[in-house]
Amino acid sequence: MEFQGKAWKFGADVDTDAIIPARYLNTFDPAELALHCMEDADPDFPNKVKQGDIIVADKNFGCGSSREHAPICIKAAGVSCVIAKSYGRIFYRNSFNIGLPILESPEAVDGITEGDEIKVDVDNGVIYNVTTGKSFKSTAIPPFMQELIDAGGLINFVRGRMKR
Amino acid sequence: MGMTITEKILAAHAGKDRVEPGELINSKVDIVLGNDVTAPVAIKEFEKIGVPDVFDKEKVVLIPDHFTPNKDIKSAEQAKMLREFAKKQGLTNYFEVGRMGIEHCLLPEQGIVLPGDVIIGADSHTCTYGALGAFSTGSGSTDMAAAMAAGEAWFKVPESIKFVFNGEELPEWVGGKDLILYAIGDIGVDGALYEAMEFTGPAIRNLSMDGRFTMANMAVEAGAKSGIIAPDQTTVDYVEARAKRPYKIYNSDDDAKYEKVIEYDVADIEPQVAFPHLPENTKPISEVGTVEIDQAVIGSCTNGRMEDLRIAAKVLQGHEVHPDVRLVIFPGTQTIYKQAMKEGLFDIFVDAGAAVSTPTCGPCLGGHMGILAKGERAIATTNRNFVGRMGHPESEVYLSNPAVAAASAILGRIVSPQEVK
Repeated sequence: MEFQGKAWKFGADVDTDAIIPARYLNTFDPAELALHCMEDADPDFPNKVKQGDIIVADKNFGCGSSREHAPICIKAAGVSCVIAKSYGRIFYRNSFNIGLPILESPEAVDGITEGDEIKVDVDNGVIYNVTTGKSFKSTAIPPFMQELIDAGGLINFVRGRMKR
Repeated sequence: MGMTITEKILAAHAGKDRVEPGELINSKVDIVLGNDVTAPVAIKEFEKIGVPDVFDKEKVVLIPDHFTPNKDIKSAEQAKMLREFAKKQGLTNYFEVGRMGIEHCLLPEQGIVLPGDVIIGADSHTCTYGALGAFSTGSGSTDMAAAMAAGEAWFKVPESIKFVFNGEELPEWVGGKDLILYAIGDIGVDGALYEAMEFTGPAIRNLSMDGRFTMANMAVEAGAKSGIIAPDQTTVDYVEARAKRPYKIYNSDDDAKYEKVIEYDVADIEPQVAFPHLPENTKPISEVGTVEIDQAVIGSCTNGRMEDLRIAAKVLQGHEVHPDVRLVIFPGTQTIYKQAMKEGLFDIFVDAGAAVSTPTCGPCLGGHMGILAKGERAIATTNRNFVGRMGHPESEVYLSNPAVAAASAILGRIVSPQEVK
């Protein structure tokens, strides 16, 4: 998987309430949730974000609530992948389960400025800043998580297991 | 090398003699939980797996508690999905409005979750049940769906951090909430990321079950996968009257390996207040300064139990809520509601000028029943003070124990109960 898009930068400890406030959780329609993506971190984000753009955040991105609506709304808003220094653990797991590519790379986060054009090679864990010409490695994805991705997400993985 | 309580429970559920931190395991689950926000997504995903029935109709628990009693038409549709799925599947543990409670107060009270269990719930505060000596963790809806079908979940065995709370007796007006806020203030909101927080020490042994639930409840606010307290006589006394199936008590070995050990002396701990917008922004009550409030909220899965209501009543008795403050009180379950009524606590609350609500998660997550307007400020016994958590993105939430919240409601600013004369 390869993506290219513009970077939108966020600070540390962006919680899932900021990603998708609970006041919108009376629906789980991805398109409707996307209209409020990142609203309490940057109210203008849903209007600014373009298909393929990349969220670049500091440590502990997606901490807090278990709402799967958080990675769902990011994906539905057109964001191609997220790069952060670290992730809230439920958000990390949920992103794999629903197929939102997320990468961990403190160096890349420090080496990217908002608006930079970023190219990501998810399979090889390479993040290339087209604007500055610098490239970074992301932390390797654990083999079991790779197996989940290869199976097409957790639901397909479980479906396969239950048939056996 | 010995094992921690967490490692022992996970090994037993993975059919292994031992497990090591970092190891990926497939574990049997004893209980799978969802609510009216997370279960609709899980039900939709479950249907994609293509199995007709859940793995065990007594082990899948659905609680409509977040936006109920239904706050609007869309919420009513989500609650209806739960109701219809529960009926179709013949689930024995579906609790309707009027018979329900806030999930993390209700499940232990009903004896649904027990010591030694592995529990996953599509709600981050599922870590609450660790107070019983169970491995219990929050997950997303897709994990819930997979577990509903297979009765299993995959986990990375977490490293454990041991928190030792020394000192026999807690200072006046200090409770479980203050111990956990103090720890989060110390290690930060990602201080236990991916890890298990194990709470031990004399002060924990002297803590009631209600106080222990409060502590385990907020483990996730330090980024932890789980919080756990090894069972003792207090746990057994609580569980014995409620359990309808066998349970098993595990303890950490003396030579178990911890990522680190952190020791506190409870004599140093005052009532804590977490300032906006992270639970780690804690200050002792003596250093809060002048912070005026518009609303006080007492309740939630963190502090909506009997002991919490009794403490609030003790502070409020014979006083009136400040004219500029709304005080809303949310008992955690119908059983707690009835007990509080029987003990005359509602007389004290209503005479003081407080609103008493049916059990719901409502205000804690900015759902309904106590939303803040722009610029408003609340003190709450809940667990999160994130931006916009209780309403407008420019409102503020301060976290505290029930005694501080009640005292603040009376004086209109955040104060120690000692200031209420």
